[in-house]
Amino acid sequence: MSLAVPSDLEKEIDDRITHYPVSKRSAVLPVLHLLQHHFGYLSEDAVEWTAAKLELEPIKVLEVVTFYPGFRQEAPGKYHIRVCRTLSCAMAGSYELMDSLCEKTGIDRSGVTHHHPIAVSADGKFSIEFAECLASCGFGPVCMVNDDFHEAVTDIDGLLSQYSK
Amino acid sequence: MSEAKTDLVDVQIDGVWYQFPKGMRMIEACRQAGVEVPHYCYHPKLTSPGNCRMCLVEMGMPPRPAPGAEAPAPDENGHLPISWIPRPVIACANTIGPNMGIRTTGPLTEECRKGVMELLLANHPLDCPICDQAGECSLQEFSVEHGKGESRFREQKVKKPKNVDVGPRVRLDDERCIMCSRCIRFTDEIADDPVLGFTDRGSHTVLTVYPGRELANNYSLNTVDICPVGALTSNDFRFQMRVWFMRETNTIDTNCATGCNITVFARENKIYRITPRQNNDVNSDWMPDSHRLNFHWIESEARLTEPLVKDGDHHRIAGWHEAIATAGDKLSALDGSEIAVIASARMTNEELLMVKRLVKHLKVGHVDTVARVGEADGYLISADRNPNTNGVKLVLGLDDPGSQIEAIKLGIEQGRIKAVIALQENLVDDAGFSAELLGKLDFLLSTYPLANATADASDVVLPGACWAEKSGTMINATGRLQRLNKVVDAPGETLESWEIIRDLVQVTGGGNGIYAVSDLFKQLAAEVSEFKGLTWGQIGDLGLPLIETGVTIPALDREKQRIASGLIVG
Repeated sequence: MSLAVPSDLEKEIDDRITHYPVSKRSAVLPVLHLLQHHFGYLSEDAVEWTAAKLELEPIKVLEVVTFYPGFRQEAPGKYHIRVCRTLSCAMAGSYELMDSLCEKTGIDRSGVTHHHPIAVSADGKFSIEFAECLASCGFGPVCMVNDDFHEAVTDIDGLLSQYSK
Repeated sequence: MSEAKTDLVDVQIDGVWYQFPKGMRMIEACRQAGVEVPHYCYHPKLTSPGNCRMCLVEMGMPPRPAPGAEAPAPDENGHLPISWIPRPVIACANTIGPNMGIRTTGPLTEECRKGVMELLLANHPLDCPICDQAGECSLQEFSVEHGKGESRFREQKVKKPKNVDVGPRVRLDDERCIMCSRCIRFTDEIADDPVLGFTDRGSHTVLTVYPGRELANNYSLNTVDICPVGALTSNDFRFQMRVWFMRETNTIDTNCATGCNITVFARENKIYRITPRQNNDVNSDWMPDSHRLNFHWIESEARLTEPLVKDGDHHRIAGWHEAIATAGDKLSALDGSEIAVIASARMTNEELLMVKRLVKHLKVGHVDTVARVGEADGYLISADRNPNTNGVKLVLGLDDPGSQIEAIKLGIEQGRIKAVIALQENLVDDAGFSAELLGKLDFLLSTYPLANATADASDVVLPGACWAEKSGTMINATGRLQRLNKVVDAPGETLESWEIIRDLVQVTGGGNGIYAVSDLFKQLAAEVSEFKGLTWGQIGDLGLPLIETGVTIPALDREKQRIASGLIVG
């Protein structure tokens, strides 16, 4: 097990755990969120680090990680795009949006499966996956790039140009 | 009125009133009332997650009158009318209360069961013909009793991992799994080795061993027993025999002093499988893998099947008559002080009684058994790896079994002991006698199921039956008298030890023919004070406490704590 957790992150995690005085196990979600936010995804080491931190068996943490689609077990690109595919967005063209984004970023989604939902561009700059409802059904198609929210996406070049660095 | 009595509540189950302790789970109340409630996830020895929903029943309580309205009047027996709740409840996790009504039949429960069965079967593979669980599968049974008989599911079934090695002895078919979580709870709560869990919860839920770990603890095969379907199967038993072809014999395990209660499954004189049999005073519902799988040697090629007599450097096959006569001649020519009997704490009380007779008859000067000490595992395995050490103490009268072995070795070394009768023990490999030392003897007789170095050194070798081929009683570490029952016939000319010893007694001039092991038990009951008044039938399948030893079984101690804290029913 070798997860290099910076001391300020660990301090934040330790502080978050104190919010759950009855059972440390309850802190598993916030801890995983903090780790994913820092590392971009949850590696096996992250699962084991969390288990050790919360005095749980690693399988108990893995159960949680695999339940939520929001937790990633594979490294995303520098900019991770989540395209909504729930009904309103699907009708507003989210599948077309997905295809265009893949084309422009050079991402090959042919290897995507239920268990491996994320596809990454060859240069590692972009990654993409479908997400369920991002809660802006009136303005589809909707996507998120890292933590930025984009509604009614039509100008794909304009969107990607914001993340050209 | 006693205190316990006041805790009883009246419960109506399928129209009949019963009294049960308040707080009892509905499913247990139904079970004790003789009403079956189908279930998958519930197991009395494990916590109740209530996730399979198969045990849904109808529940009712007395109506609560509106303010000002008159309360309903009790009938002549003091029971209030029941108003039924229009939605079902799970019987495994809800507890009974005063004047509660439970209905396990009727349209609501039937519809519930049909619905649950249909959903459980929607993704279940139709591979019963090649599934080991077929014939003892809850899913099959409840499907017949409560299912619809046909599937309305026309979509693609979810594909999941098959033939997964979850550990050295257990194999998983995830498509057959109905996610009852019994195995997860067992590894969590009983085996203290929580390596199993559900990942990818949702329509792709799979039972998973944590990557890099394996289900390898010595109790792993219990997960196969409690799996209600064919998801977990035993590598050892897999594809070996259909369960309905096998005959089940209730007996006890002889690998250690705990004496786990077991069921042995055999067909046409061959043992295929051993499973633990519930005994809440001995092994609960569990047994260690190491004990469960230690039966293949019974069919070993090294089994001795004929009496042998040494002729020069070689052994030749002799009939029982000649072998016993040879032994008789040798033993009669010696003084009792020149003879040592090394019996076995693997023998039954009845056999040990015969050993006592032999010792008395030949005035044998040296008697002992071989001690087997291992490590206790803190669950069910006792440090004493002999199954009947307490029987040796009680019946044979040895205070400290195993303590005289060194003195016997010295006696042989010094030429004081000229003959040894080794009954069901391998002196060379298990008791540290060298072949050279045994070579100093004028006469060595051994009985053992397998050929070994001691048999090589013996002048007369007699094939003795093993634990699965004989009946008798043993006393476990806690002082419980338990019955060993014959499962299969012994191979070839093999005889049970009590028969061999009887013949030895007879050939050396002692009379007293005994023709059935049950006669020996009667003699035990007459001669040994602790057995006084007991009959074979009284012991039953679960045994009975015979003596106080002060020894407890750690796994049971913890189970009692879990029951006391209300975690499990027990």
